[in-house]
Amino acid sequence: MKNEAQATTIVIPSRRMSYLSRQWPLYAMMVIPMAFFLIFRYIPMAGVVVAFKNYNIFTGIWDSAWVGLDVFREVFALPEFYRALRNTLLLNVLGLLTFPIPIILALLLNELRVRWYKRLSQTVMYLPHFISWVIVGGLVLELLSTNTGYVNEFLKSIGLSPIPFLEKPALWIATYVGTGVWHYAGWGTILYLAALTGINKELYEAAEVDGASRMRRIWHITLPGIKPTIIVLFIIQIGHMAEIGFEQPYVLRNAYVMEYAQVISTYVYTVGIRSTQFALATAIGLFQSLVGLILLLSAELISRRVNGQGIF
Amino acid sequence: MIQSPAEKLGNVIIMIIIGGFCIFCILPMIHILALSLSGNRAIMSGEVGLWPVELTFQAYEGVLANARMVRSLLFTVALVIGYTAVALVATILAAYPLSRRNFKGKNVMFGLIIVTMFFNPGIIPHFLLVKELHMLNTVWSLVLPLLISAFLLIILKTSFSQLPIELEDSAWLDGCGHVRYLTRVVIPLSLPVLATLALYYAVDRWNMFQDALYYINDQDLYPIQLRLYEMVINSQTNDATAQEGFNSTAPVPQSLKAASIMFATVPILLVYPWLQRYFISGMLVGAVKG
Repeated sequence: MKNEAQATTIVIPSRRMSYLSRQWPLYAMMVIPMAFFLIFRYIPMAGVVVAFKNYNIFTGIWDSAWVGLDVFREVFALPEFYRALRNTLLLNVLGLLTFPIPIILALLLNELRVRWYKRLSQTVMYLPHFISWVIVGGLVLELLSTNTGYVNEFLKSIGLSPIPFLEKPALWIATYVGTGVWHYAGWGTILYLAALTGINKELYEAAEVDGASRMRRIWHITLPGIKPTIIVLFIIQIGHMAEIGFEQPYVLRNAYVMEYAQVISTYVYTVGIRSTQFALATAIGLFQSLVGLILLLSAELISRRVNGQGIF
Repeated sequence: MIQSPAEKLGNVIIMIIIGGFCIFCILPMIHILALSLSGNRAIMSGEVGLWPVELTFQAYEGVLANARMVRSLLFTVALVIGYTAVALVATILAAYPLSRRNFKGKNVMFGLIIVTMFFNPGIIPHFLLVKELHMLNTVWSLVLPLLISAFLLIILKTSFSQLPIELEDSAWLDGCGHVRYLTRVVIPLSLPVLATLALYYAVDRWNMFQDALYYINDQDLYPIQLRLYEMVINSQTNDATAQEGFNSTAPVPQSLKAASIMFATVPILLVYPWLQRYFISGMLVGAVKG
């Protein structure tokens, strides 16, 4: 910098001046976005100190006394916390069983030769992804409730007994996983279909010349072609094992299945908003975030090891 | 391509499986549509399947006669339009500088933004912040905390940085500053990706329910999803959910619930044909870069 200043004393204004005089609008543009990220993303990160304080609304966050890990001790002594954790893991692990469905759908779509049929199916399959969870909850009630649900009306009309989809825990869990498939499986094919377009067409032609059957082509060309995508998405899903969305379990649950439907995200709502135990709820949320972060970073490391490249 | 009989049979089986899955996806919506158009007596006796029985538009009239429902619908439409506009502007303001090659401090700022995608402190600290800012029960609580999606920002930044460099050079030679270059060149050339972003923001805001549940108590500010939750789900699954949720309300006729669901779904169905194309391209860009 010193040399530069000496060299440019004669005519040209310093390089820094000319940089700012040209580029200052860029900094002006960043003011609002950076203010947003600092206020609405970084302050809440600092706000997790609530989990280490004896917080109450009247003293405010900064004036509340530090209590160290007392709040976490309280969390780990709560049977409801372990129940919510168990349910979160249970629903996520069962959700993992549906992981192959988008792969199978993508493979089948890839084999479809009738253009319009393929396009129409894709349109129909993607649609549920854009339906809100509240509406999905409404659809589930209208279709599956024991008293008025259409599926049970139908069963009754052909002389079968109704199935308590929403009342019996095992059936409720199946319903939960099923709505997950309904909402996401079609949309989930997109990444696989994109990977499929990257496979060299000559491989298929060569396979056909060699007389390879459809199953062999899928097994030896298509599946290896999308293997990296499958691995990355699988690892990402494992990385999200400890986290669960709020809306799906919240709209699907009912009084009969609370034993299994109370997951971490809904438990945070119950503790934090309904009983205003903010410190306790923050600690539970922080626990979930930290476990999530560790799992996600491990997923990244595993991906680097297995795939030779990271996810991010 | 000559196909063996086995391959032909395989094609038929594949079409049947795919068709079956599509039916699974679409039938619930058709049933709701049929319910919304049927008479109450037919619904109560369980006659309504996939086709309206005793065709009537009473349920739709009922929804439109429900002042709270209409208010929620109008409020949500205004909210979505306003939010989408503000969010789009804010995202452009961030994406443009971050896409410039010689913008000092770019990496630090971008790094700060990326970090927020990895660590989420949970909803309660967000709630406390909104509360401290006195934004509970205001429309701002539904706009400002979601102002910029880091994921969409990356998509837009990538798209901006892929514009040919020659464009920028010639703009500078013509004496065009950043602001004019952005508004006259970059934005007009990026309309498709901006449309994608707008649709993402709009659909997310229309469908989102959790933040309103946390931040909004005022009936006048209920977005449509919260109203729908109260009307369709909470009125049916009372007991345990009611004591920690809203007060349980009087039973609502099924046709009215179905018609309300249709009102909340139709805007999505209207934008869906455009959505589909743009969404897929947006998702793929995000997947490649993100």
